[in-house]
Amino acid sequence: MEGLPPVSDGIAIELRDVVKRFGEVTAVDNVSMQIRDGEFFSMLGPSGCGKTSTLRMIAGFEFPTSGELLIHGREMGQVPPYKRPVNTVFQSYALFPHMSVERNVAFGLEMKQVPKAEIAPRVAEALEMVRLGSFGERYPRQMSGGQQQRVALARALVNRPEVLLLDEPLGALDQKLRKEMQAELKRLQSLLGITFIFVTHDQEEALTMSDRIAIMNQGKVLQIGSPTEIYERPNCRFVADFIGESNFIDGTVRHVEGNYATIETVEGIKLRGIAPRPVSTGAAATLSLRPEKIRLTPPRENGLNGQASSFPVRVEQIDYIGSDTRIVVRVNDKRTVDVWEQNTLSTLDRDAYWQPGEEAVLSYLPNNGLILTE
Amino acid sequence: MAEETLTRAAPTAPAAARDTPRRGFGEGALLVNAIFCYLFLYVPILILIVFSFSNSSLAGVWGGFTFDWYVKLFQNTRLMTAMGNSLYVATASMIVATVIGTLVALGMERFRFRGRQAFDVQLYMPVVIPDIVMAVMLLLFFSNAFQLLNALLGSSFRLSLTTVIMAHITFNIAFVAVVVRSSLKGFDWRLEEAAQDLGANEFNTFRHVTFPLILPGIIGGALMAFTLSLDDYVISYFTNGPGASTLPIEVFSRIVAASAPTINAVSTVIFLASLLLVSVSQLLQRRR
Repeated sequence: MEGLPPVSDGIAIELRDVVKRFGEVTAVDNVSMQIRDGEFFSMLGPSGCGKTSTLRMIAGFEFPTSGELLIHGREMGQVPPYKRPVNTVFQSYALFPHMSVERNVAFGLEMKQVPKAEIAPRVAEALEMVRLGSFGERYPRQMSGGQQQRVALARALVNRPEVLLLDEPLGALDQKLRKEMQAELKRLQSLLGITFIFVTHDQEEALTMSDRIAIMNQGKVLQIGSPTEIYERPNCRFVADFIGESNFIDGTVRHVEGNYATIETVEGIKLRGIAPRPVSTGAAATLSLRPEKIRLTPPRENGLNGQASSFPVRVEQIDYIGSDTRIVVRVNDKRTVDVWEQNTLSTLDRDAYWQPGEEAVLSYLPNNGLILTE
Repeated sequence: MAEETLTRAAPTAPAAARDTPRRGFGEGALLVNAIFCYLFLYVPILILIVFSFSNSSLAGVWGGFTFDWYVKLFQNTRLMTAMGNSLYVATASMIVATVIGTLVALGMERFRFRGRQAFDVQLYMPVVIPDIVMAVMLLLFFSNAFQLLNALLGSSFRLSLTTVIMAHITFNIAFVAVVVRSSLKGFDWRLEEAAQDLGANEFNTFRHVTFPLILPGIIGGALMAFTLSLDDYVISYFTNGPGASTLPIEVFSRIVAASAPTINAVSTVIFLASLLLVSVSQLLQRRR
């Protein structure tokens, strides 16, 4: 396994047209992606989107029905898990209950017949790394969930895998521990420089931790990009809806100009936005607009600069949540839009904030509006 | 008794006793029930043990303390041979049935295959089928099979201790499979994936992870097989050959012929041996 130096041009994992079927069900549908060396890569999507099946294929627990799976340039699609240079951290930890922490961590090295003299120091080092130096003698059942999670990490990392796979590893932890473990994982990843592939359904977790994220739904990869790309430039309605929150306003494309396009709603409101994928005049499209990118201004004041799209609205509902105020504004009988305003002024000062029933102008910059066709 | 427990149940418990559960009438009744259960189970055994030391040739009459029956027992070659036969049959059938039964349990729990449901039902036939039916069935099978084989091959297969072992394996597989399967119900199959992920091939995964974790269940199944084999009368009676009596057959023929207190002695020996066996297995299981 540690023979030839990998010829992979900095690509740790590559999937080419990978399909996985379980009977009639297609769990992974023609997925292609490249995961770079040293990258913190997340697969994010609702349950059943195929992210876990993809991870299990990389680990070797499932074999692809068709397509190619390369680990550092070597085809590994049909290779059993024990012959792959990757290790997994399981959601349920899967620690061996009949072995002490030390024996759990040593297991991988023993199986690979690492010389005995080398095992003990490496186990100690791995436990030290996850700050469990004095816990070697304990059994998993004598430890808390967070500690067990760290043992699972040490057990995987002690093998110095080329890629570490993490299957919703923080799912069973409470909010506080989760935050701690997130920091811990980031620290270990930058310390070791190993490629991490992280599966989660928690978008905040994926956004804060990842270098790049793949958004999956129904077995397909919809978009791969950095957290900011995914958030600011979702390429389809599903991604825009799944990550963060968005207003969706349907219309017909009236005008295209470079990357920008203008749609017209049934009410005749013209809205400009950036189109991540090419659109053509006359096509049905949706404007996706994040609530925090919108400005509300009194009717006669100038809102955002001249390029902004704007239309009149009436404030309908105010929800105060401390740091922000969430406002629902009504465009007409059929349409409302959500707007979030940061409470930069004192919210005790009633005049500084909107009240239900007030007339206002809603405006946004076109590079914050997205014209999506699917 | 009931009145006493009721008084105790009155909610006058001081603060210190409050965190121990209150004893009500139900709990008292439960205790009485438990005592009766144990009396019911163990008084006959106790009587048996006591009378095995009784210096009287009548099995139910106390005639003073003696070790005579134990001496006579160990001098009685027919009983000793039968006991040897029984231990041999029990050991052999336990080993084979435990291996096959464990494999069956693993296969049934791990895989989903065509005909699994039907196989599941058939597997437990020996558990529910009356011994006598099983005995006649096996006897018919053996005599027909041997007739055919002997005619074809010119061999001379016949009923013997080996046929008893085969018969015992037949019913023991089912019992071992039941016990091992119940211990597999709570088995986390992710542990096998974890082992493989860490570089263990299928054999090492079984050896270091699956086997140690299901060992208590396997030991339980093996002990059950051993006991059932040692205990069996009907099936052994139908399938044994000349000179291949097991202990229950020998004991029963003696009881019928004339009551002999050596039977008390032999029963006591077997009881103590099985008590030892069960204790050892319990200890082994507790240690992990």
